[in-house]
Amino acid sequence: MALGPRRLPNRALERGFHGLCLIAALLPIAVLGILLFDVFRTGIERLDTQFLTSFSSRRPADAGIVAGAVGSLWLVGLTGAIAVPIGVGTAVYLEEYARRGRLATLIEVNISNLAGVPSIIYGLLGLELFVRALALGRSLLAGAMTLALLVLPIVIMTSREALRSVPLHLREAGLALGATRWQVVRRVVLPLAMPGILTGSILAISRAIGEAAPLLVLGALTYVDFLPDGVSSPFSALPIQIFNWTSRPQAEFAVNAAAGIIVLMATLLVLNGAAIVMRSRVEKRRGR
Amino acid sequence: MKPMARSAPMPRARRLREALIERSLLGCALLSVVTTLAILAILVRQTGEFFAEVSLGEFFLDTQWTPLFADRHFGIWPLLAGTFLTSAIAIAVALPFGLLAAIYLGEFATLRVRGVLKPTLELLAGVPTIVYGYFALVTLTPLLQRVLPELSGFNALSPGIVMGVMIIPMITSLAEDAIAAVPRALRESAYALGAGKLATVFHVVLPTALSGIAAALVLAVSRAIGETMIVAIAAGQQPRLTLDPQVPIETMTAYIVQVGMGDTPAGSLEYRMIFAVGATLFAITFAANLLSRRLARRSRER
Repeated sequence: MALGPRRLPNRALERGFHGLCLIAALLPIAVLGILLFDVFRTGIERLDTQFLTSFSSRRPADAGIVAGAVGSLWLVGLTGAIAVPIGVGTAVYLEEYARRGRLATLIEVNISNLAGVPSIIYGLLGLELFVRALALGRSLLAGAMTLALLVLPIVIMTSREALRSVPLHLREAGLALGATRWQVVRRVVLPLAMPGILTGSILAISRAIGEAAPLLVLGALTYVDFLPDGVSSPFSALPIQIFNWTSRPQAEFAVNAAAGIIVLMATLLVLNGAAIVMRSRVEKRRGR
Repeated sequence: MKPMARSAPMPRARRLREALIERSLLGCALLSVVTTLAILAILVRQTGEFFAEVSLGEFFLDTQWTPLFADRHFGIWPLLAGTFLTSAIAIAVALPFGLLAAIYLGEFATLRVRGVLKPTLELLAGVPTIVYGYFALVTLTPLLQRVLPELSGFNALSPGIVMGVMIIPMITSLAEDAIAAVPRALRESAYALGAGKLATVFHVVLPTALSGIAAALVLAVSRAIGETMIVAIAAGQQPRLTLDPQVPIETMTAYIVQVGMGDTPAGSLEYRMIFAVGATLFAITFAANLLSRRLARRSRER
């Protein structure tokens, strides 16, 4: 490294490199900005009550998002109801109960592997296991169970982090007072870890609400003229509707897709906003 | 792990309850192991039945994939080529930008800039892939067609680029972790020897962080290979053995979506085929994830 004698050109080079790195960091954000602006500009005019309350239609101007939106609400509710308890339970087991050993390592390695499995593979799993073997058909429940397995690693990993942030001495204090292990977990550890668990759960649900690939594979409907009436009902979902409109050749359908994307992104924004509010409220109650 | 309170003997009922709770928590944890086993079992079984009808040789050696035509061919190569092409384009975009952004965050940015930039970058990873797919097909492809008149409406280039943008935050975040893990003392020794920022970054920081960066790269590759909606929307549905980014192609993931969307009767060859393609996809991403974890561990051990 002959560094000394070439100070001056290095200075200019350094500044150039600094600029290059900054541009690299800003460019993706700019792309996101363009994307959102473009979608908004295209879709906003289509976003009216007719669009929000109509079912699928062959005529772009008559088509609406209601079946997809209601389907997504059902899916997300069910997915959360399945994935959050199981995920938190797993996290509690790994953090509070399991001894370091082969079993714990196996479970841990397995979870990080599952986190890397492409979502479409979960679709194949859902198709064969839930739709066919358990004979749930192409129902909301089959879709929700598939999505629940897909987001489970997210719930587990974020919950574990939240549990780990609870200081050990609080557990010891509880145990020293004669509380059982479960009492300590329920009364001391879980309440303190709650903000983190909530945030993780919302993160997982945000992921589930945008997923299209596994639902397409296991047979979500693209053309729907009814609302689901229970967990065994066939269904559509927001991203499925958007996919359907995007893949049609007519430009009017692309406008529908843009309007659908606005609805989807707005939902995500509300979800994440709610997560932030809930989190700060829980923290405030605790007097932090 | 945690100390057990054993001072007073617990009443029987409570002890039973405690044991029951521990069991059910263990049950939750084992569910994820069962999930993996179920994935493996399903892929192996359906793929096995697929290979009872189509030979392994044909699957891996034939260069045509036309299972839905009268003249059936089951060579996986066109789908592999499609996946390779879109992933390579994505990485070509994501690696330089992701790495430079990581260097910016790790070496140049003030704490305040970092505090704004990092979460904003992470927003990109939270956008559903269906939205990126729309962007690739409806916005980027027409834009690229102005520069490349040869570019077809469906192509590998546009979804590849968009997928790259989507993957940037992932590379940035992992590479930045690796860069942050480089000991301060190493940087300071370099400065003390008279090295400038540039020399320090390229001769000290990056080489030290190399295995961590490699782990990020491999994980990004795995992510690109498994990505579905962007390519299903914008790359086309024409499996062909080509490296031309301007023509319609089909990836493994897009193929599974295409067949899965039609009402494929269970038990038919078409039905098993998507599992054979899925098994190939699973094997590739699994190997990549494993490699990435190895590299990450090596970078931590340093």
